[in-house]
Amino acid sequence: MKAHGIVHKYGDNVDTDVIIPARYLNTADMQELAKHCMEDIDTEFAGRVKKGDIMVAKANFGCGSSREHAPASIKASGISCVIAKSFARIFYRNSINIGLPIIECDEAADRIDAGDEVEIDFDTGVITNITKSESYQGQSFPEFLINIINSNGLLNSLK
Amino acid sequence: MGMTMTQKILAAHAGLDEVKAGQLIMADLDLVLGNDVTSPVAINEFNKAGFDSIFSRDKITMVMDHFTPNKDIKAAAQCKQCREFAGQYGIKNYFDVGDMGIEHALLPEKGLVAPGDCVIGADSHTCTYGALGAFSTGVGSTDMCAGMAKGKDWFKVPSAIKFNITGKLPKYSAAKDVILHIIGMIGVDGALYKSMEFSGEGLKNLTMEDRLCMANMAIEAGAKNGIFAVDEVTLDYIKDKVTKEYKIYEADADAEYDAVYDIDLSQIKPTVAFPHLPENARTFDEIGDVEIDQVVIGSCTNGRIEDIRAAAEILRGRHVADRVRCIIIPATQKVYLTAMKEGLLEIFINAGCAVSTPTCGPCLGGHMGILAKGERAVATTNRNFVGRMGHPESEVYLASPYVAAASAVTGRISQPSDIM
Repeated sequence: MKAHGIVHKYGDNVDTDVIIPARYLNTADMQELAKHCMEDIDTEFAGRVKKGDIMVAKANFGCGSSREHAPASIKASGISCVIAKSFARIFYRNSINIGLPIIECDEAADRIDAGDEVEIDFDTGVITNITKSESYQGQSFPEFLINIINSNGLLNSLK
Repeated sequence: MGMTMTQKILAAHAGLDEVKAGQLIMADLDLVLGNDVTSPVAINEFNKAGFDSIFSRDKITMVMDHFTPNKDIKAAAQCKQCREFAGQYGIKNYFDVGDMGIEHALLPEKGLVAPGDCVIGADSHTCTYGALGAFSTGVGSTDMCAGMAKGKDWFKVPSAIKFNITGKLPKYSAAKDVILHIIGMIGVDGALYKSMEFSGEGLKNLTMEDRLCMANMAIEAGAKNGIFAVDEVTLDYIKDKVTKEYKIYEADADAEYDAVYDIDLSQIKPTVAFPHLPENARTFDEIGDVEIDQVVIGSCTNGRIEDIRAAAEILRGRHVADRVRCIIIPATQKVYLTAMKEGLLEIFINAGCAVSTPTCGPCLGGHMGILAKGERAVATTNRNFVGRMGHPESEVYLASPYVAAASAVTGRISQPSDIM
């Protein structure tokens, strides 16, 4: 499985309140929430994002609330993968549970800039920066989590 | 090699003699929690997955606390969905307007969490119950759904950071100052994926409400859970609340920790976390003159009776500054009633405060005290992220009830010694 798209780049400690502000959480309609994804730090994201695009950030991405609306609205906005140096733990497990691919990679988080064209091979964890002609080795998942991902999420894996 | 307190609880709930940090396990759950924002997502997933039964009527709890009393039509629809689901499946511990409270204040008060329990909640501040010596962690709605259906969930066994507590807090220093100090010291990802384990001879000087406040904010350091050693204070708190059987776990003497910090309570000063991260902790020698527009005293962090009493101690016979709004939100109906009986509500109203029924409301920018562009609030809540309490260009300063109440009186960030 591969992802391929244009990068939207953010910094450290991107919290769930800016990914999807709580003032919109009176609905669980993820397509509706996608319209407001990232708007408190990037008002143009929802209008700019294209299906398949990739989000890249630095450390502790998704800190704060447990709201699954955060990874779900990122997924619903069309993002195919989030790369960061590290993820806040609830965001990490929510992403796995709902099937939003995420990869931890320091080098990719440092080297990739907004607008770069990037391809990710989930089987090998290799991240290729087509714009800069570079590649980086991302961390792959342990087998236990690959089984959840391959079952298309936690609920299917429990059936 | 020995195990930490958290590792022992997880091993027992996974049916294993031993677990190691990094190990992935499936564990049995003693309690599954959701609120009016996260439960609807879990219910949608439950129905979509085709589940038709829940694992226990006693071990699932739903608390309508975030956007209640319903702030708008959409919020009303979300509560209605939870109410109907709880009715359909006979969920016993469903709490709605009139008997609800803010979930993390309510559940300990109702005796629903006991030492040694393994608890998940679709709310990040579920780590609060570590105060009772339980393993308790925030998860997402899909986890909540799996928990409701199967009574189990997956965990990566965490390593731990130990905080050795000594001494006693000075007058007007609070548990909130301790946890803000710790987050300032280790950072918002200082305990990422880890447990924060609190023990030491100073624990006896922290009340259960102090511990609930500190464990509540473990997530603000990125922790999987915060957990306190069980002692006389714990047992005294639960004795007339918890009716189920429980087991007390202690960390092994040879348990390994990633780091050990000594925290001397007697050195803790009133502390304020500046925008826009809880790690931006400053004591008053670093604060200067900061004018404010609003004060919020409440939340799952600081809405318990001792917090309300602390605020009343400062506001008694004083008045909120001109052009400042002070909103006081007792966290549960029981806290509200106790505050009323003790005459505290009268003190607040005479001081020019608004007193609200329990709700998470303004903490997450829901309702009941939203900030306009450029406004500043001192709040006893737990997060000061961009836009957390309203407009993306508003600011939230986190503090104890003492500091929040003193700031309401002066109209600028102040400590009790400025006015007492």
